This record gives sequence, C-alpha cells and structure tokens, in this order.
Amino acid sequence: MKTTKHTIVALVENKPGVLNRIASKWRQRGFNIESLAVGHSEIPGLSRMTFVVDGATTDVEQVTKQLYKVIEVVKMSDLTEENMVARELALIKVSASPASRSAVVMVVDIFRADIIDVSPESVIVEVTGVEEKIDAIIEMLRPYGIRELVRTGRVAMTRGAAPTVEGAEGARPTRFRPAGEGKPRVGSLL
Amino acid sequence: MKLSGAQIILECLGREGTEIIFGLPGGATLPLYDCLPSYPQIKHVLVRHEQCAAHAADGYARVTGKVGVCFATSGPGATNLVTGIANACMDSVPIVAITGQVVTWLIGRDGFQEADITGITLPITKHNYLVLDVDDLGHTVKEAFHIARTGRPGPVLIDVPRDVMQQQTEFHYPEELDLQSYRPTTEGHPTQVRKAAQLIAESDRPVILAGHGVILSRAFDELRALAEKAHIPVIATLLGLSCFPGSHPLFMGMPGMHGMYWNNIAISESDLIIGIGMRFDDRVTGRLKDFAPHAKVIHIDIDPAEIGKNVKPTVPIVGDVKNVLAALTERVEPARHDAWLEHIDTLRRDHPSILIPENDKLLPQFVIKKIYELAGPDAYFVTSVGQHQMWAAQFFWGDKPNSFVTSGGLGTMGFDIPAAMGVQFARPKDLVWSITGDGSFQMTLQELATIVEHELPIKFAIINNGYLGMVRQWQTMFYDNRLVSTREFSPDFVRLAEAFGLVGLRVTERAQVESAVQKAIDHPGPVLIDFQVDQEENIYPMVPPGASLSETVDQPKIEAPAPPRRERDKVRP
Repeated sequence: MKTTKHTIVALVENKPGVLNRIASKWRQRGFNIESLAVGHSEIPGLSRMTFVVDGATTDVEQVTKQLYKVIEVVKMSDLTEENMVARELALIKVSASPASRSAVVMVVDIFRADIIDVSPESVIVEVTGVEEKIDAIIEMLRPYGIRELVRTGRVAMTRGAAPTVEGAEGARPTRFRPAGEGKPRVGSLL
Repeated sequence: MKLSGAQIILECLGREGTEIIFGLPGGATLPLYDCLPSYPQIKHVLVRHEQCAAHAADGYARVTGKVGVCFATSGPGATNLVTGIANACMDSVPIVAITGQVVTWLIGRDGFQEADITGITLPITKHNYLVLDVDDLGHTVKEAFHIARTGRPGPVLIDVPRDVMQQQTEFHYPEELDLQSYRPTTEGHPTQVRKAAQLIAESDRPVILAGHGVILSRAFDELRALAEKAHIPVIATLLGLSCFPGSHPLFMGMPGMHGMYWNNIAISESDLIIGIGMRFDDRVTGRLKDFAPHAKVIHIDIDPAEIGKNVKPTVPIVGDVKNVLAALTERVEPARHDAWLEHIDTLRRDHPSILIPENDKLLPQFVIKKIYELAGPDAYFVTSVGQHQMWAAQFFWGDKPNSFVTSGGLGTMGFDIPAAMGVQFARPKDLVWSITGDGSFQMTLQELATIVEHELPIKFAIINNGYLGMVRQWQTMFYDNRLVSTREFSPDFVRLAEAFGLVGLRVTERAQVESAVQKAIDHPGPVLIDFQVDQEENIYPMVPPGASLSETVDQPKIEAPAPPRRERDKVRP
C-alpha cells in the first residue's frame, strides 16, 4: 500500500501519562513514530504535540480517530494536505581544528546556520529548517567529523491567520489545576 | 465537612446509585473497606478471585444498564482484574474498577504489592486515573462514571494510593461535569439520516445487522419499528442476540463463522447492509474483501472510530442507536420485501443449519434446546466461551430483550460463573441459566462458594464433552486430527457441586435431560447439571477461517471415517 508521511498536530491536556497514552495508541495500531515534538501551547494547561508518521492515509485516519478517543486529547488535525510551514532544529557538534575551522564556518554560512559554541577542537552548530536542509548540512559536515547530533523533530503550523487546529480557539485550561502545580506529584509532566 | 479519601469514594458511589460492589480486600484497600459499614445502602460481595469481581460487575452492568463496580487491592489484586477489564472493554460494558495502590512515596520504588496498573490497563480501558491528591478524588470518580456510561460505554479504572484514601479534605460533590475533550455525538446528522432513508428506499434486498449497540442503548422498540416499517430482515450478531424478538417473522438469527447458513448467503447476496451498533468483527464478516460484495452499507455507531475501520460504509451515521433509529424510522417509506424474504426462507428450508441429528446420543444441541424450552420466557442465559457458547447462540430464539449474556469480543473462558452471579444479583427473582463447558467451568469454579454463600439460585449446565471442544474441533479439521492438549481431565462435577453446597445432577442419556432440567428449575437453590454429552460433536454451520461468508459449510458432507488418534497426552482415568 502507498504510504506518505503525515504531519499530525494534537492539542492535549497537560496531565501525567498523556504522552504514554498517545504513543501507546500508535504502537497498538502498528505505526512507527518518525518524529515527535512536545511543548506548551498558547493555552495554559494544554500541550501541543507534533507527530510525523509514515502510513497509508486510511490507516492514519483510523489511528487519528482512535486518538480522538483518548480523553485528554482536545483537538487533532492532520496537516499533511494543508498549506503549512514545518521546521526542525538540530544541534551538531563538529570537530574543528584550527586547520579545518574555516571550512566548517563556510558550510555553516551557506546553510545560514549559527555557531553557538566553540572550543579548540570543536564547534556546535545550530541549524533550523526543513528536514531535507538539515540532512544536507549533516552530509556536508560529516567529512569534518560529527561528534554528536541532536534533532528536535518536526514542528508545524498552517499558514495564514486561521488556527492550525480547527476549533482550538474555544479550548480552555484543564479541568483540574495543571499537573505539577501546587503540590508535589509523582510522575513527570508528560 | 471533612471526609477521608475512602469516604469520598463511597460517598460518590452512593450518589452514582451504586448498590453493589464486587471485590476482594487487601492491604492497599483497607481504608476503603473500613468505611464500607457506614454505607449500608451499598452491598459488598466478596468474590474469591478478582477476575470474577470484574466479570460479575460486567454481567450486572449488561443486565441493568447501570455502571458495574468492582474493587481490588494493589499489585496482584489489580492485575487479576485485567482479563475482566479487557473483556468489558471489547464488549463495551460500563464498569468502574477501583484499585488500591501502594502509598504515594513508594510508587515507582517496587513497593510490596506494587503494580503499575494504570500503565497495564492503558490499552484495555476507556480511560484510567491514578489519583495522587485527595482533592481530585471526588471529581475523578464522577468523571469515571460519566465516561464509563456515556458514548460507547467501557471500563474505567481508578487507582488510589492508600495514603490518599486516608487523607482528609473538604468534600464538595461536583454536580456538573464539563469535559471539553469528551463530547460524544448522540444525534445522527440529519443529512446522513436522509441519505440512509434514501438508500433503504432504493434497496430490494436489504438486511439489518444488529449488534450490542442496540442493547446498550436499549433501542429494542426503535429497531423493531424500523424493521417492521421498512420490512427488513434482522440478523443479530452474537452480542446482538436478544435485541429483537426471536419469534418475530423478520428475525433471522446469528450470522458469521458459526451463524445460520441462510444469513451468510443473504448477506453475500444483499444489496444493502444496515449495520446498527456493531463493528463488523472478523467473526461476522469472514474474509473481509469478499464481504457483501453487492451491498451498499449504512453504518450506525456511536463511536466514530468504528466507522470505516473494517468495512467502508456508503452512509456512515455517528450517533446513539436509539436516537438515530427513531429519526431514521420517521424518514423511511413503508415498504414490502416479500420476494427477498421468500428467498431467504427458501435458503432456510434447503439448509436448516440447526437441525439436531436423530440418534440416541446425548447431543449438546439437544440439551441446550431443552433448557431453552423448559426455562420459560423470563429466564436469563449466560454462557462461557467455546462450542457450547456457539450452540447456545444458535439455538437462542428467545423474545425477552437483553436476556442473553456472553463474552463476545474477547472470548473469555470462565466468564459465565461470575457473570451469572452479576446477573442473578441484578435480577434476584428471575431464573438464571449458566450454560458452560467443562473447560470453561474449571477456570472460575471457585466462585461457586460465593454463589452458595449468597444463596443465588443459578442453574449451571455443564456441556461436558471431555475436551476443550472448540480447540479440539479445529485440531480435527485443520490440524489433521492431531489432538494436542485438548483432552481434559475433569473432577467429578456432581461431588464438586455437593462439596460447595450446590445440588449436583448427572445426565448421561437423552431420556434424562428433561427431568433433570425440570428438577433444577424447581429447586429453589443453585443446581449444577453435568451433561456428559457426545464427545465428538462439531459445531456447524462453519465458515472456515479465512473463507468468505458465501463459502459457509452448512453441514459436513458424509463424514469420512476419522483417522486414528494420536493422543499426545494421556488423561488420568
């Protein structure tokens, strides 16, 4: 079956175990999550998750419906067909001796990336962009020796004034006080 | 007023109308049990194994339509609930399970009797909670009942650490709930309803496939009104049995793997399938790509995720079956499909599917049919899982709504004893028959103690064929008759019954069936009948695994002599 990469955005109540519930649904239905980014949204008490999963459209639709059944999921939206901007951020620690440093800097400039740390033997490069751009800079830097690499996974938003997640304007902070507020709790934020 | 966490739980249960709790206490639920005597309106039934607490709550919930409640302690108590919860989840039964947990400061430190039950039950509950703050408790219980009961019902688990049960707080009962992320659609979309009515008007060969949803939303009258107005035959799935009067001329019985031949052919020839509160399970559809090849499909279900999961509908309607059927019946034109029904009748005459062979053997079908005949119109029937379940389903043509209780989706052997317990507690005055197999019965028979303790007059019919019959049938048919681990030693069930304090009867001949069944019905207490039936009987009709419904085998061809047995495991005499 033909598969495509789907970008899915979910607004979820910020409560312990939510990430587990959602990840478990994907696993239950046999999907691999290619990337996942989680953080606070503009609404207090709601987190925003961005998933990239590879799958046939009908399958992804089915899992999206199943995910809607997770009580903490407030809104979900598949952005794949939407006009959207998507970005990823990567930090790359590259070997850079005095001899090779200028060449590394040149690559960084071409990609409009930044050097955010420098030491006698290495630099840390910060680069933002679509996945292909990040793949490309990694390939260009590889010959100099990549010591460490971290990527955030895709975050996405639709273009224009309309909200990315339909109907999210009405969403309110969580039913209870947000997790972790007030008394100490067992379990992490997500 | 300050209340402890345990009091809050019971206070909330009381306000939700809980009358009965099935459970077994332990270290982590001691505070809860300590408060129980102050709530005399709530009866606690001590089970002998927590799995049965969940099944009993399940049986109780199915018959009453109320939320069933069960308690278990932390660790093993909670994990013992798992099968029962999964069963309720697959069959969309509303139960609330409350488990004790180790004290909060021990969570995550492998404390004594600690198990991450919220993690374990994540995929088999509709929702679950770990309550770490006594201030959240009241709200959580209220929410749990709301979630369990509304939309597509299902089990909800609340895990409460012991110290949270002991903490005191000001109790305010949350009168209202507003869950922004949980608002099930209950009214069918008018446009969709109109489209569905249009499809019905255009159809010459429609069939209704009615499932558990009809029973869950108590839409018996609405379904009947629709079927009668549009003159459409009604086929009920295993869990849909008793959603439509069995004696009604439009009722066709069960479809699917062991369903009626005529239904499977009718579905394959139909031009319109109306799926109502059902989910096109693989046991119903056979090979999916050849399911109802000529049919358009109307799918009515409250769970949007069921729409298009297995069968892609022409017209999906998301909503409560009761409301949707009422709206749809109003829209459809009165019609007659006499030719179509005549055709199904012809199929039925040519392939009677559930004829009982004429011989002297004590056949399971004969026993089950006799029980149905003698039990009267008001009895409830509970089954376990396996051959006896399929025979019980095939021969069930009763009229009483919601009187057939079985484990459908998960297929849990051992379901019948605890579920019958729940049913009898819910309907203390009615006759409850539990039809079970020798294999299933031995999975939960410890509950006979509970049954005798509470003087529940349940009648048990063990269809004892000395095998795990369904598995034996598959080994015979698809594994070249290599019988491995299906021959089963059983205790003397009559003496077992007597040891527990039931009346035990044994039946080995056809001629004894009627008097034994009658004796059981007349006896005021619980009775167990050990029907030592023919051991080799197979269940037919059958759709071979992986085949389509049109390939249903009604009855086996003249049987080839059975090849010699190669029994791997000898059974003790």
